[in-house]
Amino acid sequence: MKFRVERDVLADAVAWTARSLPVRPSVPVLAGMLLDATEDDGGRRLKLSSFDYEVSAQVSVEIDVEEPGTTLVSGRLLAEITRNLPPQTVEISTDGAKVTVACGSAKFTLLTLPVEDYPTLPAMPQMTGSIGSDAFAAAVSQVAVAAGRDDTLPMLTGVRVEIEGDTVTLASTDRYRLAVRELAWKPENPDVSAVALVPAKTLADTAKSLTGGAEVSIALSAADSGEGMIGFEGGGRRTTTRLLDGEFPKYRALLPDTFNSVAEVQRAEFIEAVKRVSLVAERNTPLRLAFGDGRLVLEAGTGDEAQAVEVLDSSLEGEDIQIAFNSAFLLDGLTAIDSDIARLQFTTSTKPAIITGKPADDGATADYRYLIMPVRLSG
Amino acid sequence: MIGPRGVEPLPGPDSDADRDCAVLHIDMDAFFAGVERLEHPETRGKPIIVGGTGPRGVVSSADYIARSYGVHSAMPMVRALRLCPDAVVFPPDGPAYRRVSEAVMDILRSVTPEVEPVSLDEAFLDVSGARRRLGSPVRIAELIRRRVREEQRLTCSVGVAATKFVAKLASTQCKPDGLLLVPTAQVTAFLHPLPVGALWGVGDKTEQALTRLGLRTVGDVARISPQTLRHEFGAALGDRLAALSHGRDDRPVVPTTPDKSIGAEETFPRDVDDPGLIHRELLRLSEKVARRLRASGQAGRTVVVKLRRADFTTITRSRTLPEPTDVAREINAAARGLYAAAGLERVRLRLVGVRVEGLLPAAEAHRQLSIGEPETGWREAERAMDAVTRRFGPDAIRPAALAKRAENDV
Repeated sequence: MKFRVERDVLADAVAWTARSLPVRPSVPVLAGMLLDATEDDGGRRLKLSSFDYEVSAQVSVEIDVEEPGTTLVSGRLLAEITRNLPPQTVEISTDGAKVTVACGSAKFTLLTLPVEDYPTLPAMPQMTGSIGSDAFAAAVSQVAVAAGRDDTLPMLTGVRVEIEGDTVTLASTDRYRLAVRELAWKPENPDVSAVALVPAKTLADTAKSLTGGAEVSIALSAADSGEGMIGFEGGGRRTTTRLLDGEFPKYRALLPDTFNSVAEVQRAEFIEAVKRVSLVAERNTPLRLAFGDGRLVLEAGTGDEAQAVEVLDSSLEGEDIQIAFNSAFLLDGLTAIDSDIARLQFTTSTKPAIITGKPADDGATADYRYLIMPVRLSG
Repeated sequence: MIGPRGVEPLPGPDSDADRDCAVLHIDMDAFFAGVERLEHPETRGKPIIVGGTGPRGVVSSADYIARSYGVHSAMPMVRALRLCPDAVVFPPDGPAYRRVSEAVMDILRSVTPEVEPVSLDEAFLDVSGARRRLGSPVRIAELIRRRVREEQRLTCSVGVAATKFVAKLASTQCKPDGLLLVPTAQVTAFLHPLPVGALWGVGDKTEQALTRLGLRTVGDVARISPQTLRHEFGAALGDRLAALSHGRDDRPVVPTTPDKSIGAEETFPRDVDDPGLIHRELLRLSEKVARRLRASGQAGRTVVVKLRRADFTTITRSRTLPEPTDVAREINAAARGLYAAAGLERVRLRLVGVRVEGLLPAAEAHRQLSIGEPETGWREAERAMDAVTRRFGPDAIRPAALAKRAENDV
C-alpha cells in the first residue's frame, strides 16, 4: 500500500475517526484504525474506520493512490502524529509488517496490527430520510442537555427519536427536566413511522461533527431486524451506533397544557442575572424567582450565608408566582431556547414549569419546549 | 493542684504560671456510669458497669468502685463480672447520655464559643478570649468544675496547658475529680517520665517499634535526634514524635457543632451470613437513624455503612446522595446498595452499622422535585409514623419487614 494525501485532509479524517476508538479496548485490534486505499469505479479513495462494538465510524477521502492496500495501525498514535505533522504532503506506505508515515523531513515507522483479526463494521441500515445538517446539530444539542448522566438508569441517558412522516421529534429527560424538539425532515417514504433511543452523548457528538456537508442522511434499522442500530452519513463521514434498550417515559402526558401564569423576560438579561445571583448559591441551594408587578426578582442565599438579589423587567399574565429552581437546570433551558425572549409558563410552585422561546406567531406552539421541575423549599 | 511530683498548692490569684496556658481539656469522670448513678440512686455504694449485656457485650464505662476491682472499658462483660460480681449492670442509654452531654457542652459554650467536643464526655476549650471576663485559665477551670458539679451533679477533670496534647495528658493524670495545670516551664518535667504510649497517635505498633529502639519514656524519645526518628518512622510520624516529646503541638482548638453525624450499629448475638437478615437489620438501623435525624431537625447527604466480619476486619462504604435526606426509605436504599456493592453477601458478619453524615438543619434541606412524583410520599408517611410512635410508644408501628410474626399468624 502506498498513497499521498495533504496533511490537513488526513489530520481531519484521522481525528474524526479516532473519536470512536475505545478508551479501554476489549481486544487489542480495536485500538487500531483501519486504513484502506482503493481504486474502484474510477475513484481513488482512502477509507479510515474505527469500531468499538457500540459505535462505528468511517470516513472516505479522495487521494492519490499509488498502490492499493489495507493496513491496521494504532489509532491514537496515528492521530497524535498527524496532528503534529507540518502542513505538507504526507506519504504513507507499508513495508512488510511496518507502516511508514513521511512528511517533509519527518518520518515515522509504526507497527501494524493483524488486519484479518479486525471485525467487520456493521452495515449501514437502509436510508430512512435526510435533514439539514446545521438544523439537526442545533436540535440535538437543545435536547441532549436534558439527558441523564447516570448509567444506572440507561434509558434516561438517551435521546428518544420519533419519526412520523415528515416530522422528527427528539426528547430526553433526567427526571428533573424534559426537553422536546420537533423539526421537519425529508423522509424517503412519506408514511414512515419509527422510534429509536440513541445514546445522547454519541448523538450530540455525531450531529456536531457532521455539519461539514449540507445534509445528513439518517438510516434506522427496522425494529424487527435484529439488533437496533442507527446510522448517520454526511460530507463523506458515516457512523453507526447501537440503540439503547429500555422503556422511555411516556413524556407527552407529562407536558402540562394549561397554566395559571405566563411570564416573558429578555433572555440575554435573564441568563446574565441567573449567573450572577447563583454565585452565592452553594451546591444544591436553589435560585428563587418571584414574578409580579411587571418585575422578576431573583434571589439566592439565606440569612446565615451570602445573599444576592437582582430585579429584571418581566411581563406577567395571570397570577403572581414564587418558584425556586436549581440554577444550572434553569440556565440549561434558557440557553437552549432560540429566541430573544424567554417565555415561562407556570401552574404552581410545586408543579412543572415550561420554558420556551416566544413564538413568532403568538398563537403557535413553540417547536422547542423545556420542562423544568421546581425545588420545593422547606420550612 | 496535683502536680507530677505530688500535690502542690494551686497558684494564688497573683500567680501567672498559667499565663500562656489557654487550652483546657475537660473530661467527665466515668461519664455513662455517673449518669446511671444519678438516674438510679438506689445503687448508692454499689459498683456500676455500663455495657452490652449479651454474650458478647463489652464494658463501655465503669465507675470508680468497679475500676478498683480491675474493671475497665472495652473489657468483655463476662470477664468484668467475674472480677466484680456485685456490680449493677446497665445497658447503654444513648439518649440519656446525649441529653446530659448537651447540658455539659452548654456550660462550656457559656464560657467561650471556642469549644471542640471530642466525644460525648470530652472537649477542648480555648479560653484566650474569656480571660478578661472570667479570669485566668485556672480560675475558669475551677468555675467549669463547680458548675458541672452543681448543675449536673457530676464530676469532671480538667487539664490546663498551652497545647491540646499536654492539656489532655494533664486531665488524664489528675482523674478523677481533679484539676491539673502544667505551666509551660514544667512541660518537659511533666512529660518526660511518662511512657511513650502517652504520646498522641502512638498505638500498640508504634509503641512496640519505640520499645525495640530502647525508647520507653517520652524523655527517651526527646533525647534522640529528630533525623533518627524520621529515618525510623517516616517524615510525618517522625516529626510528630519529635515535636510532641518536647511538648510542641500546634493543633488549634476547632469549634464544631456536636452532631457531625448520626448513626446506629448492631453487634449480632451470633455472626450472620444470611443476606435477608442483614437487609432487615440495615432497614431497622436506617429507620432508627432517620427517626433520630427527624427528631433533631436535621438531614444528611452521605450514607455510610459499616460491616465487620467475624474476624473483626471492618470495612466502611459510603455514598453521597444528590440531596440531603431524613427519610428511612432513602437511607435504607443507599445502605442496601452499599452492602451489595461491598461483595460481602454470604460472608459472616459480626456487626453492621448505618450512619448519615454531612448534616444540616432540615429547614435548609430543599428538595428538587422529579417529574411525575406524587405530592406526598414516604417523608410524610414516616412523619406520620413518628406521630404514632410519640403517642403509642416505639413498638406501635414499624415496617412490615421488621414485624415479628405472631404465634397464631398464618
